[in-house]
Amino acid sequence: MTDASRTVVIGAGHNGLVCAAYLARAGRDVLVLEASHQVGGSAITRELVRGFRVPAVAHLLYLLDPALQQELDLSSHGLVLAKSSLKTIALSEAGEPLVLDGNRVASGPVSAADRSAYTDFIDRMRRLASVLGRQHGRIPPRLGWQRWQDALPAGLIALDIRRLGREHMREFLRIIAMPIQDVLDESFDSPLLKGALALDATLGTKLGPRSGNSVLTYLHRLSGSAAGPDLPRGGMGAVTEALAAAARAAGAEIRLSAPVASLVLSGDRVTGVRLDTGEQIAATTVVSSADPKTTLDRLLGARHLEAEFARRVQHLRSIGTAAKLNLALAALPAFRGLDAAQVGERLLIAPDPGYVDEAFNPAKYRDWSRAPVLEITIPSVSDPELAPPGKHVLSAIVQYAPYDLAAGWDTQRDMFRETVLTVLERYAPGIRRQVVAAELLTPADIERQFRISGGHWHHGELTLDQFMMLRPVAGAAQYAMPVGGLYLCGAGCHPGGGVMGTAGRNAARAVLGGASR
Amino acid sequence: MRAPREHYRQVVHHTPFHSRTAAANELNLWHRWRDYTVADAYFDVGLEYTALRNACAVFDLSPMTKHRITGPDALAFLNRLVTRDVAKIRRGRVGYCLWCDDQGQVVDDGTIFHLADHEFRLCSQERQLDWLLTSKLGFDVTIREETEEVAALALQGPTSCRVLKQLGLAAIENLAPFAMSSFAFEGTDLLVSRTGFTGDLGYELWIAPSQAERLWDRLFEAGANHGLKPMGTLALEMSRIEAGFIQAGVDFLPADRAVRTDRTRSPFELDLAWLVDFTKPNFTGRRALLEEQARGPRFRLVRLDVEGNKAARDAYIYDGKRNVVGAVTCSMWSPMTKASIALASVRMPWGAPGDELWAEIYYQKELKWNRVNARCRVVKGAFYDPPRRRLTPAPDL
Repeated sequence: MTDASRTVVIGAGHNGLVCAAYLARAGRDVLVLEASHQVGGSAITRELVRGFRVPAVAHLLYLLDPALQQELDLSSHGLVLAKSSLKTIALSEAGEPLVLDGNRVASGPVSAADRSAYTDFIDRMRRLASVLGRQHGRIPPRLGWQRWQDALPAGLIALDIRRLGREHMREFLRIIAMPIQDVLDESFDSPLLKGALALDATLGTKLGPRSGNSVLTYLHRLSGSAAGPDLPRGGMGAVTEALAAAARAAGAEIRLSAPVASLVLSGDRVTGVRLDTGEQIAATTVVSSADPKTTLDRLLGARHLEAEFARRVQHLRSIGTAAKLNLALAALPAFRGLDAAQVGERLLIAPDPGYVDEAFNPAKYRDWSRAPVLEITIPSVSDPELAPPGKHVLSAIVQYAPYDLAAGWDTQRDMFRETVLTVLERYAPGIRRQVVAAELLTPADIERQFRISGGHWHHGELTLDQFMMLRPVAGAAQYAMPVGGLYLCGAGCHPGGGVMGTAGRNAARAVLGGASR
Repeated sequence: MRAPREHYRQVVHHTPFHSRTAAANELNLWHRWRDYTVADAYFDVGLEYTALRNACAVFDLSPMTKHRITGPDALAFLNRLVTRDVAKIRRGRVGYCLWCDDQGQVVDDGTIFHLADHEFRLCSQERQLDWLLTSKLGFDVTIREETEEVAALALQGPTSCRVLKQLGLAAIENLAPFAMSSFAFEGTDLLVSRTGFTGDLGYELWIAPSQAERLWDRLFEAGANHGLKPMGTLALEMSRIEAGFIQAGVDFLPADRAVRTDRTRSPFELDLAWLVDFTKPNFTGRRALLEEQARGPRFRLVRLDVEGNKAARDAYIYDGKRNVVGAVTCSMWSPMTKASIALASVRMPWGAPGDELWAEIYYQKELKWNRVNARCRVVKGAFYDPPRRRLTPAPDL
């Protein structure tokens, strides 16, 4: 069954589904091909052990594009939040934890000066981050433009920065490439507060708080319009299931267990895809939500690109450093200094910025952290259906666990898991005895299970050299690839990773507008 | 051969012919070509040129950068690298080619020798290993710099075929232009290609460095009665301008060396559109060149016949209304055509055949500067193009 005017979308992750939904709504004949037996990519909820369901990789919604939530009417397709605007609680091994609620310090061991500085800091950072937020829905400008149409989008960015006002514009330009540590040291005294913010700036990246660009990654995290992280009911899988429902309602067909082996070319155009089974599916347009290296190196092949472009793709930095710990627990764990309700918030183990920096150090040398940082959620507190009555699931992002471990993960995975559980035990005494089942996904596991090069959540570091008009690489930031009929729509494109969906939405616009490189 | 880690101890090297070229270099005039010492001239530039055009001359081209490209994807690799269709260069043949960056700007030009199945030699003036390794991504090929492993001489001029016969190369006259053939030479293999940079009948000889001096000696014995002379770079330069050939770094700036985007040139802008084959689905620069084809090139390379007898050295080129529209890239008084000739790069749309262009020439007479505005005629093809260049069998003078 082939249809020559068909659009194939590779991958049913959130961006693939968003793109498919928009294309189908615009009247395209859309077929989504997903390698796995379920939709969602790395935004899925799956059973860890009988009766316990956990978000496999991604676990919090920060940046889900409000425009697409509305345009695709996700609430009518089943998306409900179990809990919105989670508080952030920075755990302390010794004593009182720090509770952050939006731009406010709700409670904790910090001075009055730090309390008021925190509110100022968050307000200021959100204002600066709004410059980035305004770019999300735009197709980035071309570099080396020769037509005035290409200069216009670049001018809009400059205008957005200018419109911050003189003082904030200067601040934006001053700090944008700085290490977060330096900015935190300018603003605060409390180690616990600085540790929490250092984690926010570096989560999901191969950066420590003393790395350049960690202010940029922090601002990216704040660039969504939503107030705080949300927990969808049913785990992250509920988001992608709603997106799949929206795509199907718009007329898109989704085929599961259909891994794409390669793209089919005719001359200088993509004319379809070949599945692992050998089956060929013809298409006039192929939109890939797979990461840029997978799409261009493996599915297309570097020989079908031009030499410099192929080299840029090869050198794209995408070494994942975040591992995922999923636990099934026999009871609600008791964290030091927290009441039962607070355990359902977003919990951080990053007691001071030096701790985060030391956790990062081994990653530079292809080793894992002996004292890792953690972002923990126990979604079953607000979403009891995820676990049997009285029981719970814990989902934690653990750093740093570099993909390219020198010793290889096969011999190190168990040791790393033990280390993580030991750290957890210090903050939640007794938790080890509550563990019914444990799963630790290293970036190598994430690469294998979710087909993401380097196991990098963002499909490529979100640093200035891979940002906006340089994302994924210079010369391909407008979603259209150099080979005719081929587009990218995943997190490897502007505006990047996190469960946003904006890349998929922008890519659909590029496809429909007939954009070419 | 040098030990691989000792290379830095010596910056400039001798070619395998150095003992012979040094002995022949009566003027002791040398310059540096890449990492080698080569002769500018041996005894008299004019006489070396005269030997080349009227008898024959030998040029040491060992510093030419040579790469061996082998493996199952060798042909596919080369077809992605260069703009022309390498599949059309059959086994035993040589093809002129050029390669571009992603922007369709020329990186270098050179020749591809199709030595055997899945085996090619790429010759170029500039070092290209970095670019070749960049281009290798995704191909099953082995690329080896073999500049040091091959000694090479160019034997060019009307009596060159005669000299090679004298040397004992059987049926050499039947070697067609851009063909190559191997000959036994004192127990080793001598590869001869009918190629050159002079626009005349001529050959290039490729041999193991250990046999280089022996080849030089035997060649000069064979050429003793046929006017054979050694020739330096200055005489070669005269002949290549007469032939209308371009040179990297002189007539175009290799794209990988350019900082300013308007300083590079596309194949169309170098009058080499015939080397671009858009029927190939992919080669580096293809998309940019397709766009350029639609948009039109920015520049045009023109061959100019300049009025008067002054070489238009470094001259600005004007249109009829005294607007600067380009500049000369190389020029000379051509003894063969008895004309002042030049290659120039002019902005579009100037330089169409029949256009009136003017060269502003400055020249010195006994330290006094003079200026002349000379009318230029745009010439198509080579300035000097003797029919023997293309004849097979080659004339045996």
